[in-house]
Amino acid sequence: MADVGSVAGVAPKTVHRRQWPGEVNVLIGLVVIALVFEVLGWIQPAWRSDIAAQSFLFNKLRLSIIIGQVAITGIIAVGVTQVIITGGIDLSSGSVVGAAAMIGMSFAQASTYSRAVYPHLTDMPIIVPAAVAILCGAVAGFVNGGLVAYTKIPSFIATLGMMVTARGVANWYTKGQPISFPTDGYTVFGSGLHPVMIFVGLAVLFHLALRFTLYGNRTYAIGSNEEAARVSGINVERHLLLVYTIAGALAGVAALVLTSKNLTAQAGMGVMYELDAIAMAVIGGVSLSGGRGSIIGTVLGALIFGVITSGFTFLGIDAYYQQIIKGAIIVIAVIADVARQKRAARRA
Amino acid sequence: MSDIVLETRGLTKHYGGVHALEDADFTLRAGEHIAVVGDNGAGKSTFVRQITGVEQRTAGKVWFGGDEVTFSGPIAAREAGIETVFQNLALADDLDVPSNLFLGRELIKFNLGPFSILDRKAMRERTQEALTKTAVKIPNLSNTIRNMSGGQRQCVAIARSASFASRLIIMDEPTAALGVQETAQVENIIRGLKERGVPLILVSHNLRQVFDLVDRIVVFRRGRIVASLAKHETDGNDIVSYITGVKGAEAGAYA
Repeated sequence: MADVGSVAGVAPKTVHRRQWPGEVNVLIGLVVIALVFEVLGWIQPAWRSDIAAQSFLFNKLRLSIIIGQVAITGIIAVGVTQVIITGGIDLSSGSVVGAAAMIGMSFAQASTYSRAVYPHLTDMPIIVPAAVAILCGAVAGFVNGGLVAYTKIPSFIATLGMMVTARGVANWYTKGQPISFPTDGYTVFGSGLHPVMIFVGLAVLFHLALRFTLYGNRTYAIGSNEEAARVSGINVERHLLLVYTIAGALAGVAALVLTSKNLTAQAGMGVMYELDAIAMAVIGGVSLSGGRGSIIGTVLGALIFGVITSGFTFLGIDAYYQQIIKGAIIVIAVIADVARQKRAARRA
Repeated sequence: MSDIVLETRGLTKHYGGVHALEDADFTLRAGEHIAVVGDNGAGKSTFVRQITGVEQRTAGKVWFGGDEVTFSGPIAAREAGIETVFQNLALADDLDVPSNLFLGRELIKFNLGPFSILDRKAMRERTQEALTKTAVKIPNLSNTIRNMSGGQRQCVAIARSASFASRLIIMDEPTAALGVQETAQVENIIRGLKERGVPLILVSHNLRQVFDLVDRIVVFRRGRIVASLAKHETDGNDIVSYITGVKGAEAGAYA
């Protein structure tokens, strides 16, 4: 055997440089898209005589609308991101918003209007409906997590079942009647910039949890190689239960903010929110095959989502086209993710 | 007697009607490196799975460190001090090197249950130490495993076992998928373990490697141990004839 010591020291041919975080790509995407709208805004009068040249970005009102629009689905996306990182998916969040909105709101009504589900429970302190809405979401998430972790059915099926069931609960609760007229205090969650603050606060909180705690390491480990996590002694089932419960609770928070903002709860609330939330995560670089992505990516993805929506309106593009283009963007984001993985696999 | 690290008596595993492992008697002494060889399906991996608690044996007894043991799972075996480098690497591709080394036993700075704050700095330092000790060179510890070569990944997996194994390391074909240089690197790590007196069971197809590295060679054939030979009393041809059944066809148990 030759001098093995030197062989062990041979520099491997593969990557030495520090990895380029995927979030940078998303950020570049966000800036590019915003600049495209900015330019189009200035040259727009060339083909539309009814509109004066104007800035897209330098408009306080527009920026606050963009952020406000994505805040509620963004809260859901924070939870969905964590589920996707474990290698799962949550299709139930939109319906859970509906159910949590109805049940939570029924504890928020003011005595001036007592045609509620619980006629005697009026003028409750706002902590009660808030806790009820979040708890509803958490229970739904707990059931999702239990099904995925312990019955081993695919998360797609488990949460699809919850999607239908939770919407059913929302409809059954008041036989389809909306619940309105909350107490004055209840409006606090949805007024002004509060939804944005709640979104940003939760995003920061869970970003820190994913980056710096045991919870984060294990979430990534499970999504990356569930078997490795298991033989390393991680209680995979219990961890999945926790992640899905958190995602459900965040859907509950979204319901709280939504009902507070709209001063009403309707059984149809939150329809398709799960898809917007998943799209935000995917556009933000969260890999649907698990193990990769971050809350920062999802927040950037949410902003891209908001900028595109607002930009289309800004350019006067028909709402029908908007949906078609949005769908295409989601597919492109997934194609980009798959291409990234193939490249990485070739390198290894 | 007291220097026996691992001993099995009549270890047997049946998968339904398939007798994958039959009546295996095996002894490993302190500091000893033993190779387990045999054809595909001879029972090597089955044998490993019984001692590491990945599967539950059909019959027989296992003593580890003088105590009779029955491991309920790989985690119990690991807690007892048996570290295994599995054929399919038990690494999380999307975590960095320290997180992989400490997967399932992370160092904590501040205990908050599942949200305990990780002590990344300490994990990094201990990883650096472990890699130095096993002579593994990884250019950048904060890179994810995904972007590393097969050899680097295998080295991380072995360094992980070597840095925690207090009492026994089992490697199931650690160089099966590696190139020449990478294989040399892994073999170098194994020599380091020998110097440190860490006992090893090496499952391998590579007879050159086996004769290079271990003290004793145990041959499996059709679920039975047909030979257990000290390296100096045998040679490649001898081992091959045991593997193929030319010799030892009448074999019973060897201690």
